[in-house]
Amino acid sequence: MTAGERTTNPSLAPSSAAASAGPRPFGGLYAGNARSVMARGWRATRSTNWLVVVSGFFEPIFYLLSMGLGLGALIGQVQTDDGQSVPYAAFIAPALLAVAAMNGAIYDSTWNVFFKMQFARLYEGMLSTSLGPLDVALGEISLALLRGLLYATGFLVVMQALGLNLSWWALLALPAVLLIAFGFASVGMAVTSYMKTFQQMDWITFVLLPMFLFSATFYPLSVYPQGIQWVIQALPLWHGVELVRGLTTGMVDLGMLWHVLYYAVMIVIGLVFTTRRLRALFLD
Amino acid sequence: MPAPVIATQNLVKSYAVTGSKAARGSTDFVAVDGISFEVAAGESFGLLGPNGAGKSTTMRMIGAVSTRTSGELSVLGLDPNRYGPEIRSQLGVVPQENNLDTELKVRENLLVYGRYFGLPRAQVARRADELLEFAQLEDKANAKVDDLSGGMKRRLTIARALINEPRMMLLDEPTTGLDPQARHILWDRLFRLKEQGTTLLVTTHYMDEAEQLCDRLVVVDKGRIMAEGSPADLIRRYSSREVLEVRFGSTQNAEVAERIAAFGERVEVLPDRILVYSDSGERELERMSAVGLHPITSLVRRSSLEDVFLRLTGRNLIE
Ligand SMILES: Nc1ncnc2c1ncn2[C@@H]1O[C@H](COP(=O)(O)OP(=O)(O)OP(=O)(O)O)[C@@H](O)[C@H]1O
Ligand SMILES: [Mg+2]
Repeated sequence: MTAGERTTNPSLAPSSAAASAGPRPFGGLYAGNARSVMARGWRATRSTNWLVVVSGFFEPIFYLLSMGLGLGALIGQVQTDDGQSVPYAAFIAPALLAVAAMNGAIYDSTWNVFFKMQFARLYEGMLSTSLGPLDVALGEISLALLRGLLYATGFLVVMQALGLNLSWWALLALPAVLLIAFGFASVGMAVTSYMKTFQQMDWITFVLLPMFLFSATFYPLSVYPQGIQWVIQALPLWHGVELVRGLTTGMVDLGMLWHVLYYAVMIVIGLVFTTRRLRALFLD
Repeated sequence: MPAPVIATQNLVKSYAVTGSKAARGSTDFVAVDGISFEVAAGESFGLLGPNGAGKSTTMRMIGAVSTRTSGELSVLGLDPNRYGPEIRSQLGVVPQENNLDTELKVRENLLVYGRYFGLPRAQVARRADELLEFAQLEDKANAKVDDLSGGMKRRLTIARALINEPRMMLLDEPTTGLDPQARHILWDRLFRLKEQGTTLLVTTHYMDEAEQLCDRLVVVDKGRIMAEGSPADLIRRYSSREVLEVRFGSTQNAEVAERIAAFGERVEVLPDRILVYSDSGERELERMSAVGLHPITSLVRRSSLEDVFLRLTGRNLIE
């Protein structure tokens, strides 16, 4: 019998097996039961504010309609950074898709997590069961990611209806969006786990808003002087926007793998810090 | 003798004093300062001590949610440093402050908690209904947690801790803040668990709770164990059979105290009253009248753990 089996069904053989279990790969950080944390989240969403959830869904759609169709009528075609011309709406739609994923993921992984850490003592309860901190982190992040995916899928359908997906590559935008949501949720939770006051939490909004406006969302990066371009390119949203835009407009190239790598690194860093922090806060 | 379910030896927990990371080591605050005790399976064991004694800290180390600084600790035969999840899967933990899931309904709290242990859905559902009955919360199954009374929340927390059929319960001040009736209901529930063979580890600063619930206990103060034994045993060892409590009014206490210093086996002077420890409180009272001392109020009672604590630390349990 392995340690993994034991944690899934502890009450059947309480004493004997545990003693024989060797050191486990994650040293008690992970019990392979993140889904129970997700299940808890689903139950809890029933008591959440649905208006917030719904408005998060419609926000990027409203942007798309007003700016894409409204402004788009004035602007017409835009030159992408690859030098090709696309209709304005088709240019900003993928950016808004990436933003939708980011917003969905960020909402669940920051404000919700902050509340649970500071006021609900929820994680303390979870971590006095056989769950480990990585279960809690993965469970909460997956939930945030699901919300991001939900927003993004709806948005992608709207894009399709408006004829803004210019290529079959657009199908890959869905996993891309999942990756983006995972990256933001993971880092979002890590950052939140270090926050102590509401004022500190406001910094998250303070960082996100300009990132949303300036990450080549509404116009190509080439508008900026070189120095600013570098700054934008260092920020996560730009990578998300470029990745999704490449897919939905069909301008795919190998260089896009850098964006994927950027998010993979974000995910790992976020998970490592969240797990560490949860351990320090609740298991020390 | 079977192996103990808890064995501690020179258990120490110190916290880094905030703001002095550089000076770590010498300036650490020692919350638990080398305590050693053993608890046998099925036993009901208490940690009795005043605020800040280190009771919760000890509980958290045993509950494998706090890492010891030094010393030996074995819980259910395992080392919490290596087998945290395995140990926690066999414990039922009732923390000092409720941490119920307020976003979920009462019954959902039990269901979800059971799933954290990886238990099958059907088993958890069956168990949840049994426990609602055990905690007398059947008609509150679909209530919001925030709408429960303090006593109900505590019972729900205890019910939740039982969802995984734990071998041992860790109860940190299970009845603090409850009214007498609610406390008695809780004690009754805990008594049933004990009868079923569950090991109980209880912290409290109520001597009546310790006397009710504990087969054996340690008196803890400032992170150290002052004495160990059964309640009756401790009273016998550290106190007399009876106690005479007299009040002369705060202005005269000190003066009177000098005159009766040799009375009984021992005299304790408190700000508001004087305690005379003796085999017979009545006899001491008569001796007082004989020398012309007439207290405003007097009371003869049996010795309690409170007296043991006073004797051991020179302080009251509840300040
Ligand atoms: N996380 C922590 N960091 C720093 N100091 C701590 C921490 N937890 C507890 N302490 C300190 O350790 C000491 C013992 O605390 P503990 O909570 O164990 O006491 P207790 O016996 O449970 O008291 P009470 O009856 O008030 O619950 C206290 O002085 C407390 O301030
Ligand atoms: Mg305490």
